[in-house]
Amino acid sequence: MNNYLKMVEKSSPKTKMLPTLIMAFLVGGIICCIGEGFLDMYKTYFPMLTEVELRNATSMTMIFLGVTLTAFGLYDKIGYYAGAGSIIPITGFANSVMSPAMEFNREGVIYGVCSKMFVIAGPIIVFGVTASVIIGLVGMML
Amino acid sequence: MEVFIRYLQVFVTGGLICFVGQVLINKTNMTSARILVLFMLIGVVLEITGAYSYIVDFGSSGATIPICGFGSNLARGALKGLEENGFLGAISGGLSSVAGGLSTVIVSSFIYALIFKSHSKKF
Repeated sequence: MNNYLKMVEKSSPKTKMLPTLIMAFLVGGIICCIGEGFLDMYKTYFPMLTEVELRNATSMTMIFLGVTLTAFGLYDKIGYYAGAGSIIPITGFANSVMSPAMEFNREGVIYGVCSKMFVIAGPIIVFGVTASVIIGLVGMML
Repeated sequence: MEVFIRYLQVFVTGGLICFVGQVLINKTNMTSARILVLFMLIGVVLEITGAYSYIVDFGSSGATIPICGFGSNLARGALKGLEENGFLGAISGGLSSVAGGLSTVIVSSFIYALIFKSHSKKF
């Protein structure tokens, strides 16, 4: 059994380290620069908004962009080359919601789209909300 | 020139975060859900230790667009809610600070998923 596992490891294709790292760096950087572009645009057109509101609007725009690109099947193509560069930005979070929702829409609206939507994003929301509540409660005791 | 340098800082910060993520994927074969949860929690930790505001000062969107920004938003919202509304704020502050993003992702995914059929995976 162990020998077999070793054989599988030897014959399965090795992920090339350097090219994937460079692609992740480049694509991640470019996505963040697009976000900064939207932030600058909103700063110019809506000067009455605060810094926090501007950043929220930018995130919402990037999320919408990620969902749209996923819907047209383009984000998976970027993801194939970029790896973590497309997963870690907030567009990757949008992709992780949209792509199972689209995948399972043939199983109906309730059990397909609505429940499968959170297959990957569910843990993120659960961990995030739990952490924030714990921080709030611990902060109150201090 | 100043704008160019700022965008370069954004590029490097965002790129480095994704670089670390790719190293983790290559070395440990973590799935994308685990990577996202891990980086979100890193964002939470960096926010409560106060390091995140320095990273945002340097990298601007390079620090807020990666999923760490989502985590730091949650933590900051909880602390801000605690300051303003006490107990109730401590519980509701985190989610309400990311409500915009969550609503966008849920509503737009729902509508798109009703319209679009899944694309066949060619890879």
